[in-house]
Order: sequence, then structure tokens, then C-alpha cells
Amino acid sequence: METLYLILIDPFVQMVDEPSFLVEVLIGGLTSGVMYSLVALGFVLIFKASGIFNFAQGIFVLFAALNFVGLMDLGVHPILAFVITIGIMTALAFAVDRLVLRPLVNQDPIILFMATIGIAFFLEGFGETLWGGDVRPVQVGIPDAALFWELGFGEILVQSADLFAGVIAAFLVTVLALFFHFTPVGRALRAVADDHQAALSVGIPLNNIWVIVWAVAGFVALAAGIMWGAKLGVQFALSTIALKALPVLILGGFTSIPGAIVGGLIVGAGEKLFENFWGVPLLGGATEDWFAYIVAMIFLFFRPQGLFGEKIIERV
Amino acid sequence: MLTKKLVTAGVAAAIAAGAIGVVQAEEGQFIPALTYRTGPYAPGGIPTANGYTDYFHLINQRDGGVNGVKFIVEECEYGYKTDRGVECYDRLKDKHGGATAVSPYSTGTTYALIDKATADKVPILSMGYGRTSAADGRVFPYVFNFPATYWSQATAVMQYIANEMGGLEALKDQRFAFIYLDHPYGKEPIPTFDILAEKFGFTYDKYPVPFATGTEQKSVWLQIRRTKPAYIIMWGWGVMNATAVKEAANIKFDMSKFIGNWWSASEQDVLPAGDGAIGYKGATFNGSGTDYKVFEDMKGMSGLSDDGDRGTVLYNRGMVNAAYIVEAVRLAQEKYGKGKRVTGEQVRWAFENLDLTAENIEALGLTGLMPVTKVTCLNHEGTNPAILIQQWNGKAWEIITDWIPAMTDVVRPLIEQDAAQYAKENNITPRDCSA
Repeated sequence: METLYLILIDPFVQMVDEPSFLVEVLIGGLTSGVMYSLVALGFVLIFKASGIFNFAQGIFVLFAALNFVGLMDLGVHPILAFVITIGIMTALAFAVDRLVLRPLVNQDPIILFMATIGIAFFLEGFGETLWGGDVRPVQVGIPDAALFWELGFGEILVQSADLFAGVIAAFLVTVLALFFHFTPVGRALRAVADDHQAALSVGIPLNNIWVIVWAVAGFVALAAGIMWGAKLGVQFALSTIALKALPVLILGGFTSIPGAIVGGLIVGAGEKLFENFWGVPLLGGATEDWFAYIVAMIFLFFRPQGLFGEKIIERV
Repeated sequence: MLTKKLVTAGVAAAIAAGAIGVVQAEEGQFIPALTYRTGPYAPGGIPTANGYTDYFHLINQRDGGVNGVKFIVEECEYGYKTDRGVECYDRLKDKHGGATAVSPYSTGTTYALIDKATADKVPILSMGYGRTSAADGRVFPYVFNFPATYWSQATAVMQYIANEMGGLEALKDQRFAFIYLDHPYGKEPIPTFDILAEKFGFTYDKYPVPFATGTEQKSVWLQIRRTKPAYIIMWGWGVMNATAVKEAANIKFDMSKFIGNWWSASEQDVLPAGDGAIGYKGATFNGSGTDYKVFEDMKGMSGLSDDGDRGTVLYNRGMVNAAYIVEAVRLAQEKYGKGKRVTGEQVRWAFENLDLTAENIEALGLTGLMPVTKVTCLNHEGTNPAILIQQWNGKAWEIITDWIPAMTDVVRPLIEQDAAQYAKENNITPRDCSA
């Protein structure tokens, strides 16, 4: 009976009794969700354009951030470090295209997926060899103050870095949406995503497109890496955190940029609400590690293509 | 074709040369170093591993080993993952004539190795971590956790808080927070805190931090902001610590009331938070900085790690760990033959009879770096478990207290009770230590 009370009644009583805590948890969750979305965007870009699920995207985030902060530690100006890192990520995109994708063209998607796992392991080791395993703080002037907002029902705490991440995510989504819809390259990317053979037949150069999309994903990874790095320091846990993008993708759909954002917000808010109002009293906490995956699994039963994904229709 | 054969021959020759090198090296005292220089726990693992391995190199170069017997150190990277830690142990234990002692730097791996190492007669020195009840040497002959266990540390931290608040009576009705890594290591002191809470009438909220990353803490700090604990105690490791210190600073928690255990209070834990970390406190049993004689000896020496970590809390602790092993080897040689390689079994005897006085430590150039330690058959924790409290001033850790003794009257019965339970479950007949 007590358990039922803790599941069905107590959380809602707490929410009504302490609306400021509810708002704080909700804002905390949504801002965490934005951070997950930043990583998920990179996955979506590559999947949308090439049909490859790039398991290495999480490592891309870490690798980009490591290079950026490593260059800064060597005394390079942040703007120059940013530009050089974009160059490194573009070079990486070339290397992936030449060394991994081209030899495997026309192979099953599972083969390409396995190849990206290989890329992930390589980059993790390579990054660590180049820059070491220490936590490196990112100091690029991202606001990091705690803001205490007085609302009618109490005071709430908001991190300015989280708000900044939200602005960056919104900016990236807008730019990417415009890029996909209104530029020739963007349209070519969408054509390749729809049908490789058809795109080739109308003269779209597949390899160039793949390099472009992997480079754009590298750029998004750099933006995500800087935001995560400013929050937690650049560290190897980032690659694990980045895997939180998987349930985000399952919820939002693998091919939808708005889906990545909405999925991220649902996962972020959902896991924080569950942890604070159900997880701590019922299970002793530490539910954030697995909650999002359970939600994603349940979601798969009812809407396997995700909220905004393209429904797979197979005619027989 | 010829080129291919030449390359093959060259590779074969190189492998053979390596093998010869290994055979020659078998004459030394072998130290299997289970390290984690990669992954989320690398920030703590790297300086510890550097200090640990550097000290053996120092002894080899400065003193020519112990009475001429040099140390052979071989690292195995395990990423702080228990299964890989056990694999590393299995891979290394029989190399170079057998392991002298093993220090896994992980409570999870220590737990997993207790039965194996005991069967292999390889002593485990889990210095200030691992299974607390292994302090009962009657049940755990091959496991040592001096200079103090987690349970002793927990009681000493509560004693410090009580001192700050005006005495043990002042703990009554207080609410504290315990934030810990959701891992055997983080959970280890909970039984002690439960008993202390009952004994002194306080309550405490437990906040586990998921192990996979150590950084999923937003909810923890929202809860802490809500419950407003009088003090926070942290049992963290790796990036969890830096994240927690940063989050505490973000919610404007009074950092002087935030106390980490001795694996949660190093430079790596406070630097990422910048000035926000000023005032944060932590337990320790070893000094930091390079103002010790031993560091003079290291200057200009080749083959050591780069000196970036030298003098940090964890680097120095790694050195202290190695120094305990070196002194145990020295003691074992005195009993079993000077200038001869000693076995794990003989080093076990030496650990159990270790008596490092202030004079011994002075002679080693380690005064202020390691505590006076006396181990017995009955008590593998050492006979005077205690902690120092240090505080971060923005540039360095400053020791702000004298030694605070553990509440051994609370801890020792718990240790014996838990060890007896373990003995019963594993059909172990406890040794007689009265002789």
C-alpha cells in the first residue's frame, strides 16, 4: 500500500506542495535534454544523408573538444583553435570516406555500422594518446554563473551555461534546417538520403556528399563538445554521456532534426522528473543511467520510427 | 618475396630479443601494476600510477634496488573495470618469477581478487580502500588495508564534523548528505554511517551517482539544494569529484561544509571548478607538494614520468603505496635472506610485521608524506588509524588539523563481525594471532 502511495500519490503531492522544486527539476531536465540533443543532431545528420548509424558520433564530440581545448592549452587563440579544429574534423571526414566508407560501399548497413564502432575505438585511443586523459576545463567565456530567479511561488536556480546551450542548440537547428531545405548541397544530401542509386543517376557525386555530411557532423560535434566541456570539463566520460543520444534518437526518429531536439527534451525532462519524484524515494536514486533506455524501449513497441521519423512502408 | 622474408625474419628476431630480455629480467622483484590511465577514471588513475611506478624506478636508480635486488614493474591498463582488473592480475601474477604484491586501486577489483590472491599467495595492499573487514588478519591473511580503512575514515570524518559543531552531542537531530559513487567503493562506508546515525541521533540522505560516467549529478544537487544539509560528505572518484565540486559551487553551497574522503580530495578534483572550489575540504593520510627530501633525489633522474603530477596528492599517495611495498621487501629480505628475491608469501609476512616509526620514515626521506604505521597479525589496518583534514585554498591543499583518530571502539567490532560472517560463508577457520 505504501509503495502504491509512493508511486501514485506522493510525487504529485510533492509537485503541488513545492512548485518551485518542480520547476527547477523541469528546467534542469530540459536543459540537460538540450545537451543530449546537441549530440543527437550529429547522429541524425549522418543517418539522414547516408543511412549509416555512426556509432562514433559520441567519440567525435570528445575528439573535437579534445583537439579544441588541447590547442588552446598550447596557447592558440580560441577562435583560431576553433577554425583549426573544424579543419581537423574535415580532414577526419575525408579520412573516414577514403579509408572506411569507399571500400565498404554497397555493403549491408550492419557492416557500415560495425565499421563506425571501429572508428570509435580508434579515435578514443588516438585522442587519449595525443592529449592525455586529464580533465581539461574549457574557458571560452561561456557564462557559468548560477542565476537565482524569484518566482511568485519561490526561488529557482538556473545555470546560465544551460541557457546558453539552449540558444546554441536553437541556432544550430535553424541553420541546419535552412541548409537542408534551401541550399543545393542540402537538397543533394536529402536526395542521397532518399535513394543512393537514384541520386547517382542524376549526377550527384556520392563521395563528395558523404565527405560534406561527415564534416558537418564533425562541426556539430565540436559545438556539442565545447558546450559539454564548458559544463563538465573535457574528459573521457563525454563519450559515454554522448550515448544518451541513442534513446533521444529512438524517441525523436533517426531522420528528423526537430525530432532530435524534441526527443532530447523529453528524455532530459523525463529522467530528471523520474529521478527526483520516483527514483529517489522508491529506488534510492541513480536511475538516470537507465531510465531513458527503458522509455526508448517502451516507445519502440508503439512507434518504432520515432515521433518524427519516416514511417517504413514495405509493399509485398 | 625476399623482402617479405627479411621482414619476417626481422620481426622474429625482435620477438626473440624481447623474450631474452624477459628471461634476464626474471631475477628482479616483480611488481604487477594494475593501472587505469584511460577512461572516465583516468584523472585519478594517472597521477596515482605515476607516483607508484616512479618510486620503484627511484629505488632502482638511487639505491640499486633493495640490497641489490631491483624491481621490475609491468603495467596493465584496466580502465577501472573490475573484470579487466581481474584479467590483468591473471595475466601478470606469474610473470618474472611471480608477483611481489598487488595494489589494484579499486575496491571492486580488490573484492574480486581476495580469494584468487589468497590462493595464489600474493598479498594485496589496498592502501586505504578495498574491503574494510579485511583488517581482521585472522580471516584475511593476504589482504592489507593500512593505514586506515573506509569505516575508520568515516568515523574520523564524523568526529571532525562533531568537533566543528561543538562536540558529538551537537550531531543530534542534524541532517547530513552522503554523495557516493554507485559502486562497491562508494557503498563501503554506509553500514558505518548507519550505526553512527543511530548512535549519535543524526539523519543522512544517500545520493548515489551512476557509475558509468560519474557526471550525472544534476538531480543530486537539486535534492541537496532542497534538503539543505548541515554538511555533505563525499565518497567519489574520478570525474565524479570534479563535477560534484563544480555543482556545489554552482548552488552556492558553503564549501567549508563539503568534505570529500581521501579519494575525493586531490588537485584534479578542484581545479576544474576554479575559484568556486576554494574552501572545499578533504580527508588525507599523506602530504602533498614537493617539499620533501625524496623529491630532491628524483631531480634529473631519467625514466620517471614527466614531472607534471609530481607533488600532487595522488602522485604522492602512489609513492607512499610503493614505499610500503619496498619496505616490506626490505623486511622480508632481513628474515629470509638479504640480496635475494622474496616471494609473495614472504612479503605477506613482512606486511604483517611492518613497523614504520618516525625515525624509519625520516631515514627514507618521507617525513610528512606517510604516516607512522604498525601492522599486526590481528590488525591489518594498522594500530593507529586516523585522518588529517586538508582544505583547498585555490592554489594548494593545506593541512588544517592534527591527526583525528578513528572511533575504533565503533569500527573494530564491526570489522570482526563482518569478517566472522565472511569466514562462516566461505568455510574459513580464522588463524590464531595470539602466538
